Parts: sequence; structure tokens; C-alpha cells
Amino acid sequence: MAVQPTHSSNRILLPARSWFITLSIVAALLLNLIPFGRIPGVPDWVALVLTFWCIHQSLKVGMGSAFFLGLAMDVAEGSIMGQHALAYVLLAFAAGGLSRRILWFPLGLQAMHVLPMLLGMQIVMLLTRLISGGEFPGLLWFLSSFIATALWHPLTYLLLLPQYRPTDRDENRPI
Amino acid sequence: MSVVGHSPPPFFKRGPAPLARLAFFAVLSVLLLIADLRFHTLEWVRLAVSTAAWPLQRVAYLPVEAGGDLGKYFSALATLHQENDELRKKQVAIANLLLRQQHLEDENKHLRALLDMRARQPVEGRIADILYAARDPFSRKIVIDKGLQQGIAAGQAVIDDLGVIGQVTRVFPLTAEVTLLTDKEQAIPVQVQRNGLRAILAGAGGGMLELRYMAANAEIQLGDILVTSGLDGIYLPGLPVAKVIHIDHTSSFSFARIQCAPLAGVERRGQVLVLGNRETLPAPSAPAVPEEEKSNRGKRVKKGH
Repeated sequence: MAVQPTHSSNRILLPARSWFITLSIVAALLLNLIPFGRIPGVPDWVALVLTFWCIHQSLKVGMGSAFFLGLAMDVAEGSIMGQHALAYVLLAFAAGGLSRRILWFPLGLQAMHVLPMLLGMQIVMLLTRLISGGEFPGLLWFLSSFIATALWHPLTYLLLLPQYRPTDRDENRPI
Repeated sequence: MSVVGHSPPPFFKRGPAPLARLAFFAVLSVLLLIADLRFHTLEWVRLAVSTAAWPLQRVAYLPVEAGGDLGKYFSALATLHQENDELRKKQVAIANLLLRQQHLEDENKHLRALLDMRARQPVEGRIADILYAARDPFSRKIVIDKGLQQGIAAGQAVIDDLGVIGQVTRVFPLTAEVTLLTDKEQAIPVQVQRNGLRAILAGAGGGMLELRYMAANAEIQLGDILVTSGLDGIYLPGLPVAKVIHIDHTSSFSFARIQCAPLAGVERRGQVLVLGNRETLPAPSAPAVPEEEKSNRGKRVKKGH
């Protein structure tokens, strides 16, 4: 049973299952909890998966989920409560609002849309922390957004995998 | 066409407008930020959530641990032997000091008793392993593997074999968060070992420290060792903290800019010692007593009249 790796916007996918969305987000949280210390360029998995679902399932995943995920990340990272929440909520707003536009583009151009959103999220976090007296983490910190953008292509395949139809075509199918 | 178990998306009922939702959640986040930054009222939420998430955190830590174990497995036996030899040599080298310490402490106690000074209380330590550096890139914190269960409390000083590395700032049931001296929000009272000059040392970012509020003509030289002054009632006096590495006497500032490098392995991995609570000295009440007496006397005088 092979899948069709095409991404034209008229492609029909199976409906996304809620348990798979939850599972992917929990997996992202787990990946984020891995303590890499100060290695630059480790992507923010939660932000990436959240952006993905906000774009692809903007009715199921939105600012509410973003807020609670942000709180979870605040606790996990030991940062100030509300820092990730604010950044994720803004990210979810942008992703949800642009979802109908972004989905018409091929994956490379979709990634170009995702990059400024992730960078914007990092800038929001940076501003919140600099205002509250944190230290500037260095420009290398922004590398993580670029690496996350590079992962957009494989991630889309991975997360859409359960929604692909098998290739055996039914000629009498109504759609 | 609808697939069994999936209803079509709601076309008309979609809840509040995105902007309204954004405003709601953004305001909520900002309120949380203010509550945490200004009033520090959210520590219990943090404690509850992190306790619940502890198994998840443990699972996430497994790959790092496995990596470390793998590294250990492949590190040659020869390296371990060499390290062992070095440690043994070091132990013999400091044995002289260690063996005499008990004697010196006794002597010190006697002398202090003779001078009628308050005895220095012995402070116990607890060895902890550094688990990892916290992910938050805006602060300098590490997480150690001892927590509330092992009697760690917020405010305790953390040292390693070379000097002070920081202070416990948050305690969870099984782990604790240590804010390193290099964090911008962390300050420590120190004195210059050479001449006893007191100052406050604060983190300056980038793994460096800065002596703040020192007059431009303060007597500080390059290479001066700074030790804790013990005035704060948290750090024991005399622990090495930092070394002066750069002094900038620009006349445009009223304060000299003095950069210091930490002596302890502040940003390295390994084992640390969490010192037990120091009993804080009671506030000096000697000058207050005569005043009270005076006022009492005054009252009595008034009563007498």
C-alpha cells in the first residue's frame, strides 16, 4: 500500500484524527523536554508541530491549545510564566489566520511562510525577557527557527501520513 | 460525503472571532507574566505542574543519560587510571591541610571562646549531581538531582571543589534549580581577599561577572581574588568566588567597570555540594537597647512627675 506524495492543494485527505494530533503534540513536548543545554539550533518542536496543526487543522488546534502548551513549556523550561504562552498564542493566531493562504503553496513556499512566523515568535519571547531583565542569548539562538523551517518538508510528510488514501483507485468514487 | 465517526466541520458556529480570542489569550498571558515577575505568586502552580510532569521529564532525560553512559563505556581504561592517579596525588597533596583542619577548627573554637565571639556554626553539605543546564536561553541555571525530599531548600549556597557556583532558587520534590553566579539577576556579596574591601558581585552575561558600584579609585588590582564576605547570612565567609580579569577606569563613569571571571567551574558539568542552611545572625540590637532604656527611663520619669 503506497502513499501518494503529492501536495497539490486539490488533493483529498482523510480527516485528521484527534488522537493523532494529541499524540504528535505530546511527542513534540517530550522532544522539547530533552535537555540539550546550550547547544544552539535545537528546534522548538512544540512550536513547529503547533504551527503545522494550526495551518492544517485550524478548527481543531488554535489559540487555546497554544496557550496551554505555552504554559507547559514555561514550566518545563523554568522560564517566566506566560512567556511561551504569549509567543505561542501569537504564533497560533498568525498560523490560523494564514492557513487558507499557505495551504495553496508547494511545501518549499509554505516553509518560507513558516520561517517569519517562527522568527516572530522568538522575537516576542526575546522582547518579553529583555524587558524583564534577562540576558541576550546571542544571535545563534535564532538558528533554531531556521532549522525548524528546514524540517517543515519532512514533518509535513510525517504528520500527514495517517491521512493519505491508498492508491488503489475506485473509478466509481463520487469525488 | 462524510466518513463514519466524523461530522462535517461547523461552517457557521465557530465561536468568537480570532481577534477576540487573540486578545483574550494575550491579555491572560501578560497577566501571568506580571503575576510571575512582580508578585512571584505562581510558584505553587509551577511546583504542581512540574511534579505531575516529572515522569515525562525523566523519560526525556533518558537519551541524554544513555549518551553519557555510552561515552563512559568507550572512554578508555587508561584514561580512568590516569585520572585516578591524578586524584590520588591531589589527595596526598591536600592531606596536610585536611589533617590539620580539625586541629585548627578546635583551636579556632577555643580562641573564639576566649575572645567571647560567636562560634562559627559548622555547616553540612549534600553532594548533588548536575543533571543538565536548563533550556531557558535567557538565564543561567542548572538543574541538580536533589530536591525537597533530600532536604534542599531555596536559598542554599552551591559550591564545587574550586569555589561558589550559585544558589538554589527553586526546589521541586526530586530536583532543584540552581541559579549560577553568571546569571544577570544573581548577586553575591564579596570581599577582596588581599585587602578586605567589600563589594557586590553580579552576573554580567556571557559567563562573566561584574563588580558593581565600585568607585573609580577603589583599590582593586588585576588578578585579585574575591571571596564571599558572609555578610548576607547565606554564603559562608571565605569561599573563593571570582578573579578580577579586567579593570576599566574611564573617567566618564563615576564607577569603575571591573570584570571578573568565576573561579569555580560554573558552566561545567559534574558534582556540586549544596551547603546547608546558615543560621542568620540576629540583627544587631546593641545600639537599640540603650534607646529603649532611654525611652523607658523617660516614661518612668514622666510617671514619677
